[in-house]
Amino acid sequence: MSDFVMPSLGADMEAGTVLEWYVKPGDTVKRGNIVALVDTSKAEIEVEIFEGGVIDELLVPVGERVPVGTVLATLRPMPAEVAVPVPPGRPAPPTPAPPAPAIALASPPAPPPAPVPLAAAPAGTNHRPRVSPLARRAAAQLGVVLSEVSGSGPNGAITKADVERARSAGPPVLPVERPAAPAPAREPGDRQAAMREAIAALMARSKREIPHYYLQLEIDIGPAIDWLHDANLQRPVNDRLLPSVLLLSAVARAAAEMPEMNGFWIDGAFRPGDGVHLGVAISLRGGGLIAPALHDTDKKSLDEIMAGVRDLVQRARAGRLRSSEMSDPTLTVTNLGERGVDLVHGVIYPPQVALVGFGAVRDRPWAADGMLGVRPIVVATLAADHRASDGHAGGRFLTLIERQLQRPENL
Amino acid sequence: MNTEQDLRALVISVVCQIAPDVDPAAIDPDAALAEQLDIDSMDFLNIVVEINTRTGIEIPERDYPKLSTLNDAVSYLSRAQALLAGTGT
Repeated sequence: MSDFVMPSLGADMEAGTVLEWYVKPGDTVKRGNIVALVDTSKAEIEVEIFEGGVIDELLVPVGERVPVGTVLATLRPMPAEVAVPVPPGRPAPPTPAPPAPAIALASPPAPPPAPVPLAAAPAGTNHRPRVSPLARRAAAQLGVVLSEVSGSGPNGAITKADVERARSAGPPVLPVERPAAPAPAREPGDRQAAMREAIAALMARSKREIPHYYLQLEIDIGPAIDWLHDANLQRPVNDRLLPSVLLLSAVARAAAEMPEMNGFWIDGAFRPGDGVHLGVAISLRGGGLIAPALHDTDKKSLDEIMAGVRDLVQRARAGRLRSSEMSDPTLTVTNLGERGVDLVHGVIYPPQVALVGFGAVRDRPWAADGMLGVRPIVVATLAADHRASDGHAGGRFLTLIERQLQRPENL
Repeated sequence: MNTEQDLRALVISVVCQIAPDVDPAAIDPDAALAEQLDIDSMDFLNIVVEINTRTGIEIPERDYPKLSTLNDAVSYLSRAQALLAGTGT
C-alpha cells in the first residue's frame, strides 16, 4: 500500500484544494495518469500520479483545502501479472531522490512522472470527462461526483444542466464519508489576489535567500531572424515559428552544456536538473504570471518547441496545466521584449539557480569586422545564484547562448 | 465575398476568441490591437491562423504590421479578398 499525497506544484504552494477526482476506488492507474484536478492559489492543475497501482481509498473529498504532503488517496500495488509499462522518452526518477526544497516539504521537485498524453489513458480505467468550469463549480456546490455524470454537451462534455440533473436524480454519492466542503471555486478577484499573494511570497523568498548576480550581453540576432523569415516563407500559417522559439532553443542547448545553470539549490547544495526543462514565463491575461516546464527542451526540434509553447500558453490561460509541468522547471526564461523593454533583470524562481531574460529586438548601430552597420539586437540577461555559480560561468553561459543564435540552422 | 462589415465582425469575433476577456464594444478601431488588448506575438499568430481558417486568406509574415489596428486589418483583408477573387477566376 502506498500513499498519494498532495504534491508541491511549485515552490510557492503550501496547500491545495481537490476540485475533482478523475478516479474512484478500484480504478487501475499507471504512472503519469492524471488522477485529480487541484486548485493551487495560482491555477487549476491536473495532477499526475507518481506510480501505478489500484486506487484503494480516496481520503480527501472534493472541496477540501489541505496542506502539501497530506495523503489524498491510498494505492494498492498492481496485481503481479499485470506489467506496468514504462512510458518511453523520460528516464525513471533517479534514486535516491533529492530532498524537497524547504517550503515544499513533501514532494521532491526532481522525479517527475512521465507525462502521458490524455488520449493514451485506457478508456474505463481513467475516465476524464470534459467539464465546463461552470459545471465544475455547480458540481462542487451540489456535491455531485463528475465521473458519474453523463455529459450532453459537445463531445460528451458535462454541462451545468447535466450536473443539476444528476443532483436531482439522487443524493450525492461521495467517495468519502466526510461531507463536501463549501464550494472551492474562486471568484476571479479572489484568484487574482491569491496569485498575487503566492507570487509575493515566492519572490520575497528569492530576494531574501538568493544572492543574485546579473550579467547582460547584446546579441546580434540578425542571422536567426533572417533564417526564421526564410523558414516561415515556406510554411503555411499554422506551422510558422515565433522568434521566441529560437531563443528558448538556444538557451536550452546552452544549458545542456552548462549544468551548473540548470538545476536547484536545495539544503545548502546544488543539484543539477535531470534534464533541461525550461520554465516558460507566461503572463496571464488580467495579471499574474506562471512559468510551467517545457520538458527536455534541449532535445526538441523548433517545431516541437513551438507546438509545446503554444500548448502551454493555451493551457496556462485556460487553467489546465499538469502537475509535472508545475513542479520541475530547471531554468526559467522570460521574454519581456513583447512589452517593448530593452532588458530585464530577473528574479530567480527558487529553488532554481538562474533565470534568462530577453528584451525587445531593436535595430541598432553595430560595429563588426571594422564596419559600422545596422543590425537587429536583443539584450540577453542572466540572473544567477552566486551560491551555485560565479560570474565567469555566467558569462560563458551567455556567450554560449549567443553562439547558438549565430547558427540558427542547428537549433 | 464578405462585405467590409462582415470582415469587421469576423476580425472582432476572432480577436475575442483569442482574448475572451475583451469587450468588443470597447475596441478602438484606430488604436493598435496589441497594445490596447494586451495581445502578444503568440496571440497575434493565433489570430492570423484563425483568420486564415475562416477566410482562406493567407497573411504573409511581412504583412503583419498592416493589420495592427482593427481598421487596418479590415481594409487589408478586404483588399486581399478582392485579390484572391481576381486571381481565382
